Amino acid sequence: MSDPASTAAPEPFLVGERMSGGYGAADVLHGCTLMVNRGEIAVIVGPNGAGKSTAMKALFGLLPLREGGVRLDGESIDALSPQQRVVHGMGFVPQNANVFASMTVQENLEMGAFIRRDGIRATMDEVYALFPVLAEKRRQPAGELSGGQRQQVAVGRALMTRPRALLLDEPTAGVSPIVMDELFDRILDVAATGIPVLMVEQNARQALEIADRGFVLVQGRNAFTGSGAALLADDEVRRSFLGG
Amino acid sequence: MASTDTVSTGKPHAPPARDVPTRRAALLATVLVILLLVTGFVQSWNTALIILNMGLISAVMALGVNLQWGLAGLFNVGIMGFVALGGLAAVLMSMPPVTAAWSVGGGRLAAALAFGAAVVAGAALLRRRTAPGRTRAAGMFVLLLAGFAVFRWLLDPAVAAIESVNPSAGGYLGGLGLPILLSWPVGGLFAAGAAWLIGRTALGLRSDYLAIATLGIAEIVLAVLKNEDWLSRGVKNVSGLPRPVPYEVELQASATFVERTGRLGLDPVQASTLTVKLAWAGLFTVVLLMLLWLAQRALYSPWGRMMRAIRDNETAAAAMGKNVGARHLQVFVLGSAICGIAGAMLTTLDGQLTPGSYQPLRFTFLIWIMVIVGGSGNNVGAVLGGFLIWFLWVQVEPIGQWLMVLLTSGLADGSALKAHLLGSAAHMRLMTMGAILLLVFRFSPRGLVPER
Amino acid sequence: MDALNAIAALTNFVIVPALAYGSQLALGALGVTLVYGILRFSNFAHGDTMAFGAMCTILVTWTMQAAGIGAGPLPTALLALPFGIALTALWLLATDRVVYRFYRRQRVPSIVLVIVSAGVMFVTNGVVRFVIGPGDRNFDDGERFIVTAREFRELTGLREGLAIKTSQGITVLTAIVVVALLFWFLNRTRTGKSMRAYSDNEDLARLSGIDPERVVLVTWLIVAALATIAGTLYGLDKSFRPFVYFQLLLPLFAAAVIGGLGNPLGAIAGGFIVAFAEVTITYAWKKVATYLLPDELAPSGLLQMISTDYKVAISFTILVIVLLFRPTGLFRGQSL
Repeated sequence: MSDPASTAAPEPFLVGERMSGGYGAADVLHGCTLMVNRGEIAVIVGPNGAGKSTAMKALFGLLPLREGGVRLDGESIDALSPQQRVVHGMGFVPQNANVFASMTVQENLEMGAFIRRDGIRATMDEVYALFPVLAEKRRQPAGELSGGQRQQVAVGRALMTRPRALLLDEPTAGVSPIVMDELFDRILDVAATGIPVLMVEQNARQALEIADRGFVLVQGRNAFTGSGAALLADDEVRRSFLGG
Repeated sequence: MASTDTVSTGKPHAPPARDVPTRRAALLATVLVILLLVTGFVQSWNTALIILNMGLISAVMALGVNLQWGLAGLFNVGIMGFVALGGLAAVLMSMPPVTAAWSVGGGRLAAALAFGAAVVAGAALLRRRTAPGRTRAAGMFVLLLAGFAVFRWLLDPAVAAIESVNPSAGGYLGGLGLPILLSWPVGGLFAAGAAWLIGRTALGLRSDYLAIATLGIAEIVLAVLKNEDWLSRGVKNVSGLPRPVPYEVELQASATFVERTGRLGLDPVQASTLTVKLAWAGLFTVVLLMLLWLAQRALYSPWGRMMRAIRDNETAAAAMGKNVGARHLQVFVLGSAICGIAGAMLTTLDGQLTPGSYQPLRFTFLIWIMVIVGGSGNNVGAVLGGFLIWFLWVQVEPIGQWLMVLLTSGLADGSALKAHLLGSAAHMRLMTMGAILLLVFRFSPRGLVPER
Repeated sequence: MDALNAIAALTNFVIVPALAYGSQLALGALGVTLVYGILRFSNFAHGDTMAFGAMCTILVTWTMQAAGIGAGPLPTALLALPFGIALTALWLLATDRVVYRFYRRQRVPSIVLVIVSAGVMFVTNGVVRFVIGPGDRNFDDGERFIVTAREFRELTGLREGLAIKTSQGITVLTAIVVVALLFWFLNRTRTGKSMRAYSDNEDLARLSGIDPERVVLVTWLIVAALATIAGTLYGLDKSFRPFVYFQLLLPLFAAAVIGGLGNPLGAIAGGFIVAFAEVTITYAWKKVATYLLPDELAPSGLLQMISTDYKVAISFTILVIVLLFRPTGLFRGQSL
């Protein structure tokens, strides 16, 4: 497996390097490194309690880091609050409560673009093009949509700021396999527009299948790193995390 | 509440941790005794004892409220309703029955009340036994509406008949003619019953809902007391309640009493008033100490620790399987029962039930300030806070007037502004109360005598 | 059977008063529900905020009346309203800055805010009584009636008169305008939508860059407007007395809870439900029944379900019923 600290020649677009920290006295992350390059899909997998969501929260600034730092496009963003990171171009889709359930799909998108003062019509059309079902249901309250459709609203909402990187926390949590496939298709479409996508996923096998790069975390540490295909092919990874 | 106390593990505290509350309590108690003594010397012993007696009753109420707030974080705005129910108990237990009224309408009235209760019970049963839906709602609505109509048809003539029996002096059913001291626990029972009904409705929902629901309780109880003359003569009041302590005139008529107090240099009238008030004080102190002892036992029992654990982290407790709603109901009922006892004591002291004299808003929040200033979560603190705030409440008005006179002394006599300011001094008490509540809650939320 | 007279009596004694009272309650309940939805606590000070708003409007009205400024047939108070709202907004922002903001930063349980709002209630009440005194204050002027009972009788030839006071007409009209404006604001403007978003999901709203303090500011401004208008209309209709506004708290809360705490549409519906319930249940139906029923069945008793002494019991009972059966309210509000 490649050493996560030795990066490829171009600096990764978003990198969280040797991150250590936790919510209280005890650290959850121990020197964990994550990164994603332009145009890539990077996937973070691992057993429950491995700290996957925590690592993502650290990238976004929702977790105080004792050690290590986060760089976006070469600049350190450690000093920025989550809201400021949004302004700087990071889009974040939380796992739960990621839509405004009482507001319509269209209003959710409008709120997603809240920090933008310019015209958002064009961006909204792009989101509707990416997620046709949202265009169909644009006047419906987001809370009335199915689980998969709600996730699309959540992702669409995050895309409204034209982020330079998109972070997704378990986007397929609690959806059926068919919906999961569709969601992954959509995520591929999003990545195809050039936005680097970093994603925490519970469904490791399916996620790694679409991943350019995969990070397997165990107990807050990098256990395995490599391309999605390589990880899928690796025996040890398959046995421990993919069920053979 | 900005309490940072962690959940007690049940192990006995090492002495240093206990010290602050005990020292503060001792200090506060000393201050109170001094204040009372000063009042006695400067104003009169009579005044001091009057303040003491009302202070004792307020302390009991503060104890009850502290139970609800300190143990369960419940904001009960309807305290006066429970107090008034206690007063009602005093009347219903101790006044002699008016047999004429009973014979004329008592039976029919009792039937009406029983019928009304049956209708409500029937509706509750219907609700439990049938599936939710439109038919159930419609059925209950019809049942309650028809039941109400029949209830009124039974009730109204009975009420008219009862109230026409000697309206100037009677006009009601009277009571059971039992010793008035019995009414004190019965007052507690009345209050407990009402609290149980309200609690079942409003607890287990958001905490705000209990506050809103109890907002109406005091008003409703008072409305009933003021309008249902057959029950307690409404605004015509019931006076001449029997006393558990001797009457002043009895003492003055007693030769031994006059002789003994004469040796102390007191004239009979003065001696009798002081003795009677001391007797009241003695009675009230006994009740207060009993209730305080019980409350302390409850607070430090496993039950009390569990209550505080629930209060500190309700979600965790619920996850552990504790029935939070039922526990809150227990505390709510117990706290209200104590307020009911205090209400019976109050009416006994007054010797009369005057529904018009209850001022729910003012008195309810006075009790709340007692609890918050005294120390929420600490029974002794709440009791001492009761004394302190009551003392201040009584004494502050003359001081406030004096202060206002001083402030306006610069203004010309007869100026509208001066008259306005002087007249408004009376309103300042409520505003000061609000300001104290805000200040103490912000800067000293644990109160003078903090929770252990 | 005299349907027309029955209708006239019903309209005069039940429908018109209930519409006016319902409009006042609706505006007040809107304020309560907004504070609950966005600031997340039940504001016990709202009744006295209405009193404060009315007081400010009255003071400005008196100044205007003394200066000879009037509004023709309409009450001068309408001209004074904007000033009253501005003063009330200052008061609310001050109390927020001095009292509530501290607790908001600390993320305390909402019951703490409720207790604190009770303290604010006392201070507000004290200020109002200090400034304007505790007694009755009249500030009504302009035409008293849109149509008097006598005019109606002459017009229709009916025995029953139907009087519509100017204050009642203004109340309903103003309520309609205010509600329309509010809903336009909440649904069509960026700020309004951001407030709804904040009420819906605070964390996500923050993540979207919505500034909580700005949302709070705008909320208090809107509440100031609603409370002042409701309080002034109530005072115009019935006459102003400081302690009366506290008694409105229970009907206001009942209305807000019925509709679903946090739901503006629900608050309006709740306001009218409570108002109509109060008026119809305490109305003596004898007159209308006499008109409608044949002579043999004419009632002898007043046919009053509950006496007006128990008015408070009505909103309380409605509240209890809602809490028992549908705590989230008719429209789904935020609860639990």
